[in-house]
Amino acid sequence: MSIAEQEDAKDVAKQTAALVDHSTTHDFEDQRQYLTFLMQDEEYGVDILNVQEIRGWGNVSPIPNAPDYVSGVINLRGAIVPVIDLRVLFQLADANYDENTVVIVLKVSTERVNRIMGVVVDAVSDVFTLSSNDRQSPPSVNQSVSHEFIEGLTEVKGKMVILLDSERLLHLESNV
Amino acid sequence: MSIDLSQFHAVFFEESFEGLELMEAALLDLDVGNPDSEQINAIFRAAHSIKGGSGTFGFVQVAEFTHILETLLDKVRDGEQAIDADGIELFLQSVDCLRGLLEALQSKQDPDMQRANELAGVFQAVLDGASYADSANLVKANSITGQLLAPEITESAADNVADDAATDDGISEEPSYGTSRQQVGFNIYFKPHVDMLKGGNDPVRMLRELATLGEIKTTVDSAELPLLEALVPDNCYLSWTIELLTSCKIDDVEEVFEWVEDECQLSITPILQDASALVSNQPQDQQNNPQASPSAALGQRLVMPSGPLPGLDDLLLPSPMVDSSTETVTDPVKDSVKAPVKDPVKTKATKVESSSIRVGIDKVDSLINLVGELVITQSMLGQMGSARDSITEEHIGNLREGLVQLEQNTRELQDSVMRIRMLPISFTFNRLPRMVRDISIQLGKKVQLEVSGESTELDKTVMEKISDPMVHLIRNALDHGIEMPAQRIAAGKPEMGTIVLKAFHQGGSIVIEMSDDGGGIDTERLLAKARKNGLVAESEQLTQEQKLELLFTPGLSTVEQVSDLSGRGVGMDVVRRNIQELNGSVEVSSEMGVGSAFRIRLPLTLAILDGQLVTVADQTYIFPLVSISESLQIDGAKVNNLAGGSDVYSLRDEYIPILRLDRLFSLREENGVLDGSLLVVVESEGQKIGVVVDELLAQQQVVIKSLEENYTRVVGVSGATILGDGTVAMIVDPIGLSSLAGNDIAAAKQMTDAAA
Repeated sequence: MSIAEQEDAKDVAKQTAALVDHSTTHDFEDQRQYLTFLMQDEEYGVDILNVQEIRGWGNVSPIPNAPDYVSGVINLRGAIVPVIDLRVLFQLADANYDENTVVIVLKVSTERVNRIMGVVVDAVSDVFTLSSNDRQSPPSVNQSVSHEFIEGLTEVKGKMVILLDSERLLHLESNV
Repeated sequence: MSIDLSQFHAVFFEESFEGLELMEAALLDLDVGNPDSEQINAIFRAAHSIKGGSGTFGFVQVAEFTHILETLLDKVRDGEQAIDADGIELFLQSVDCLRGLLEALQSKQDPDMQRANELAGVFQAVLDGASYADSANLVKANSITGQLLAPEITESAADNVADDAATDDGISEEPSYGTSRQQVGFNIYFKPHVDMLKGGNDPVRMLRELATLGEIKTTVDSAELPLLEALVPDNCYLSWTIELLTSCKIDDVEEVFEWVEDECQLSITPILQDASALVSNQPQDQQNNPQASPSAALGQRLVMPSGPLPGLDDLLLPSPMVDSSTETVTDPVKDSVKAPVKDPVKTKATKVESSSIRVGIDKVDSLINLVGELVITQSMLGQMGSARDSITEEHIGNLREGLVQLEQNTRELQDSVMRIRMLPISFTFNRLPRMVRDISIQLGKKVQLEVSGESTELDKTVMEKISDPMVHLIRNALDHGIEMPAQRIAAGKPEMGTIVLKAFHQGGSIVIEMSDDGGGIDTERLLAKARKNGLVAESEQLTQEQKLELLFTPGLSTVEQVSDLSGRGVGMDVVRRNIQELNGSVEVSSEMGVGSAFRIRLPLTLAILDGQLVTVADQTYIFPLVSISESLQIDGAKVNNLAGGSDVYSLRDEYIPILRLDRLFSLREENGVLDGSLLVVVESEGQKIGVVVDELLAQQQVVIKSLEENYTRVVGVSGATILGDGTVAMIVDPIGLSSLAGNDIAAAKQMTDAAA
């Protein structure tokens, strides 16, 4: 056996490994669970794996000179967590606070950082499972701010649900 | 499959650096005339453990160098070899050199062996009977002054320099060179035993690992491969001949085969470039026999004669060079002339911050005790909570008692945990005697350093950040403060200058005082300089303190004072900024002809801050207590409006700008009446500013939390904290505030300009 043959064998092994990898991740990707919430009677969804917890609205301290969609920071068991009001960010008409107003605490972990952020929404709605086939890409005509955070659209029980990209939401202050 | 020795590296490095510090301290303390055998033993022991450790972990370069050092120390210990001031200098240099090597290894770089080889050569010369002075002259000539070699230099030592220079010349493009300079790779014959595969060892893996070391060319010998029907699949019939082109050391190659040593036939022979008859020694021999006589060592190293050997005179005369090959040789010399105190290795290596601390067992024990108490209190409270019967008066009494206990436990626990991060300030102080010694020798001054309060404890993070400013202050004192001996005698002072370093606790902070009995700061010259630079108007009269304050003004570069020591690097404004970043302060006092003193005040820890709580627009904010100089009620008559809309307040003999937190933080639209409201006067970068607040609340210690972790940096806010009621409050950063206000003022100015 020469070194070339060894290389060949290695390649084959690699390919098989790649095949196996692919099939397994494929399975996971197919089925994803989403948590949906309401804002101005529209239903939005985020990947439930990014949701750390859901809290009532309250006790938010403002951050000096922050953009208007940043409501402030809350104390989440000792961690300082910023809260953004999605309704302000998406320029929805009125953003009032009532007993249904909740903060969904989202957590995104990348290789470098873990980020936690709360988003204020009108009310939490539902949890459903979705396969990737059910998802449509958003229409590309819309040029609003909110558009860049939309991952796709889907239909659940005859109603449209807007799926949001948590990662982009959580890194948005770096674009500010 | 191989045990990861690197998990122990951190400990090794930590212990080695500790050992080096010990060596350094003992060397500095050593009385030349009457050396204390206990101290020499301590030095020897430190060198010995570094050698042992480095050998274990395969840091051959360090082990080799330490070995020769140890041999010499052993002779000193046995009284066979005397030690004198030059010897101490030499040993100190070797400590530096070792530190450089270890630092390079720690940051996973190839250590620069040039200096080590030089020193090793010198030690060898000493072992061979030359005096320290002769050898030390050589080192000095080579690294410090660049003077011509003294004629009495022993031949072997002189040869050594030429040798080093030559090798350096030859491989100057090659990034890595250690003991195996001359080799470009290895020929490896690897024949696994037939049943090696059964042990779970896979030759392919080793080949792959080899491939990561460099370029490999493999030929496989399949002659022993039987016919298919006779073939036992888990037998290994193959053997390999591998040509590996690499700059690695033989150890790295051996490591690949570490676990199969007994299960194979293995031979590793270095491939040598331009192999000449001189180089028949294998590198192993060199490792095993680092004491080989200098001429043998010379032979081993002198294998790449890429050009004619530059003459000694050329090497050491700082005359302009035309030949590019000699240029490369003189560079290191020039470098060391510029920075003789620092080892060249040090400047190159990217500094690795040690991320572990050593904690005394007593501190850990007290923590465990406290946690035990906490658990008891918790279970007591738990029992009360689960009691079924109706709650009586007695219950409530017990509950209160339990809560008081819990509070006390928590506070003690907090204290203990904080104390874990506390280290004695000697960690920073210990470095200084050496620095003072080296610099004073270099400057030809006589200086002694008196240190007190080394055991004062300080948070590790604070300590790391304070070390550079302190070094800077000491250098300043040495360079500009202490006068030359002749001058001192003329001024009626003792010839020996003194720098006093004191650390002590005062209230919730630590104070570090550094004073010298030198010439003091020439405030008139400072002022003249400031006037020249337009920092101070000609007509302006300054008090003595104000003049001294000029020292910290950025842009006041006293160019004519630039020297190797303190003209470069951080200026005094940076010193002050560094200290302020730690929520500390620095003051200076000085008297011409008598000396000057710096007083640094620092919080004990960065994690906890003494804060003044205030409210503005119903929000609570916290000012660091150290930054507040006073709080007062505004007297409307003393408020003046400057053009552009900003207000100033006349506070005694100065006007201070009034900043409104509500406006700066965009909290509310309307502006309250200034008259009668509260003004917190804070100091930021030497300037006082007044901040209008609605209410002053309590003073309390707050735990600093980062805003950046999940959000981003906010100008004017240094962090956040959680108050007793669970809400978040921002900690105000006075320096940031003034920069916010700066924008404000600039904007206001523009507006007025536009209106006009």
